[in-house]
Amino acid sequence: MDKLGVITSFIHNILVFNIPLLYGTVGEIIVEKSGSLNLGVEGTMAVGAIFGYIVGCFTNNLLVGILVAFLASALCGLLFAALTVSLQANQNITGLTMSIFGVGVYFFLGRTLRAADAWPMMNDYENIKNGFADIPIPGLSEIPVVGHGFFNHNILIYLGIAIAIAAWWYLKHSKPGLRLRAVGENPGAADSVGINVKRMKYLHICLGCGIMGIGGYYMGLNMTGSFNSECWINGYGWIAVALVIFANWNPALAIVGTFVFGFFNTLRVSGSSLAAAFPEVLGWLAHIPTQLYQALPFIITAVVLVISSIRNKRGGSGLPAALGANYFREER
Amino acid sequence: MAESYAIEMRGITKRFGSIVANNNVNLNVKPGEILALLGENGSGKTTLMNMLSGIYKPDDGEIFVNGQPVSIDSPEDAKRLGIGMVHQHFKLVDVFSAADNIWMGKEKAGFVLRKNRYDDIEQIANQFGFELDPKKKVYNMAVSEKQTLEIVKVLYYGAKILILDEPTAVLTAQEIRKLFDVLRTMKEAGHAIIIITHKLNEVLEISDRVAILRKGEYITTVDTASTNEQALTEWMVGRKVDLNIDRPQVETTRPLLEVRDLTIENDEGAVAIDNVNFYIRGGEILGVAGIAGCGQKELCEAIAGLRPIKSGQMIHKGDNIVGLTPKAILEKGISMSFIPEDRLGMGLAPSMSITENMLLKNYREVKGPFVDRKSGRAAAEQVIKDLEVVTPSTETPVRRLSGGNVQKVLLGREIKAGPNVIITAYPVRGLDINSSYMIYNILNTQKKNGVGVLFVGEDLDVMLSLCDKILVLCHGKLMGVVHAHKTTKEELGLMMTGALDLSEKYENKPAGVAKDTLFTDAKGGETDGTSDHEA
Repeated sequence: MDKLGVITSFIHNILVFNIPLLYGTVGEIIVEKSGSLNLGVEGTMAVGAIFGYIVGCFTNNLLVGILVAFLASALCGLLFAALTVSLQANQNITGLTMSIFGVGVYFFLGRTLRAADAWPMMNDYENIKNGFADIPIPGLSEIPVVGHGFFNHNILIYLGIAIAIAAWWYLKHSKPGLRLRAVGENPGAADSVGINVKRMKYLHICLGCGIMGIGGYYMGLNMTGSFNSECWINGYGWIAVALVIFANWNPALAIVGTFVFGFFNTLRVSGSSLAAAFPEVLGWLAHIPTQLYQALPFIITAVVLVISSIRNKRGGSGLPAALGANYFREER
Repeated sequence: MAESYAIEMRGITKRFGSIVANNNVNLNVKPGEILALLGENGSGKTTLMNMLSGIYKPDDGEIFVNGQPVSIDSPEDAKRLGIGMVHQHFKLVDVFSAADNIWMGKEKAGFVLRKNRYDDIEQIANQFGFELDPKKKVYNMAVSEKQTLEIVKVLYYGAKILILDEPTAVLTAQEIRKLFDVLRTMKEAGHAIIIITHKLNEVLEISDRVAILRKGEYITTVDTASTNEQALTEWMVGRKVDLNIDRPQVETTRPLLEVRDLTIENDEGAVAIDNVNFYIRGGEILGVAGIAGCGQKELCEAIAGLRPIKSGQMIHKGDNIVGLTPKAILEKGISMSFIPEDRLGMGLAPSMSITENMLLKNYREVKGPFVDRKSGRAAAEQVIKDLEVVTPSTETPVRRLSGGNVQKVLLGREIKAGPNVIITAYPVRGLDINSSYMIYNILNTQKKNGVGVLFVGEDLDVMLSLCDKILVLCHGKLMGVVHAHKTTKEELGLMMTGALDLSEKYENKPAGVAKDTLFTDAKGGETDGTSDHEA
């Protein structure tokens, strides 16, 4: 492979391997902006992944897969909302439970189908396989080096970025977005001006969780549906929770965050080919133990948390003031 | 004739578990009328009003709006019925601009947020006669601005019935006057207004009628014109109350706490306290007067060791306390209780019980890793008994108590530690008469025991009758220290605004420097030695 080609594929891989983080992060931002801290991203993505994949394959329709992934995860959100909003359960514990529950559902379904010899292989389903193929954007994708890296991707990558931008606009420039932020900042104030706090929370928890589910579905497709001992989500849900803070609860910054995390994450996979292509400059990359690469996203999370807490002056932080606190109108 | 009332409540009862917050309460207010709702802390005023604003639902009774029976199930319902409430703890989103705080509740405002909402809000505010910067964020607003925003907000939503829960508790005298002008204008425009306040002079000044609650029971409604402070107090408290504040004469000691050339910066790095001198003797109450936010908070925090000072000296019984930890200062017997504007913030952990809050201060006295709940509970019981705290039990979370009782718990705990200097800021903020007088008595008892009290206050009438001396601050500068029995409200007012500076009144005796100072480099002292009282 020529040297520039290595760079191109490196950029390409950043998106290919890490776009689920963007789905998870944007979904969680929408949930958290309603004042609910849902730590169940991992499980929610797993549920979306398995249902989306199975139903998508059996119907041989990518769009159905996306919709089912969205709905299955939105149902997880509905469960979370019922427990925390209506029944006032502790959000942290409910979220952790959702993670364990979701991953459990994933393995239960997958293993049951495998045992029954009914596990669908993605390559058998033409529409799914072709639907997931890269679509070059005319013109832009022909730019040397970066064209293929940025502008030649499958439909779900474009969709993820579109959702992130739409979520940013919704939060910042729409009336329902303003109301949503009010609920997350001060539900008592929102309630007192006639905003239906419960409905806002239910709607946005389901919406956010649904978006996470599409990210989960993507991970399954990206692994061509190979089902083994490790869950497809493989910790991405947890990183998404941290990315929310990195992005300062801003879906547009979540795109940047995904790139930064994705960069280090991709080094783990493609570091050796970079080292081979540029032995003088990047040769040292080959000598870094993979464990360090694996730890990098978490080290960066820690660094970012420190930076954001220093920067965290009032008004500068996107942290919803009422995050994690359940709202009960008659509370005194 | 029910039709003539904007609001009528009949036989309203509300229970929280076994506690009856309101029992068979009747209340009515006409359009173009101001009704004052009077009652002690915990008498159920706010609960009653929250049933109009849709926060609570009554267990029993009926509510009529303009003669029609209504059921108010949510704040949304209240809004539709034209009822707007300005809560005691403002219901505002801190990180939003003024306009967005109003806009978020606007119906049919479209899907897209447009820039012209700022003009829209500003225009409406001006129309009602308010000044409001629509782009200003709430966290940058002063309390009075937040209140203005709250009022504009409910008016914008078309409220015809306006409820204000203790709107004057956090305002200065000038701001109160402005608020009252606004209320009178609205009254003339035909609004029905219900105002909750503890201050009897305000009740008499602003209201047309007064409804009185006592311990959740409805007592009576009277015409303001035909009543007076004494009668209102008796209805409210249920017995005769002496409205005079005692100022016992106590033998004073040498200065306990002396502050010399103190300069402190506020959080923004601006000078909050500028080169101030003062001292407190045992057996005296030194008042600190000043317009809100002119360094009182910073001064209290500096003495308690919570805020570093920029320059100057502070000595306690001759020992330096600058740079000591809050714990070390506490151990010297200096205690500080500060009631912030929101009345919840400082000093107590709201979700912990009274017992646990007692333990916060004395857990160190018990050796070993275990918490001695018994002593905490005993302390809690003592404070509840001594200060007549109204609470279901010692294990009730502090945030469940009404404001006055929270303040009693805080002050009670500070006094229990047996301090020799008490720094107390706004201890009666938002308290009813009975509780306020109880706090004054507590402070006077401490004074008689030889404790030096620094009393940061708001109400000049109270300070004039309670304090021995009054120190006046203006923008962090010392304007002088005057004897309470020799000065007047007018003189204090002039000093607070900086129009009168008495700090250089006596050439040989700078204000705030004791003649028998314990500073070793005694400057300005021992010139005549006849008396340690200036002037």
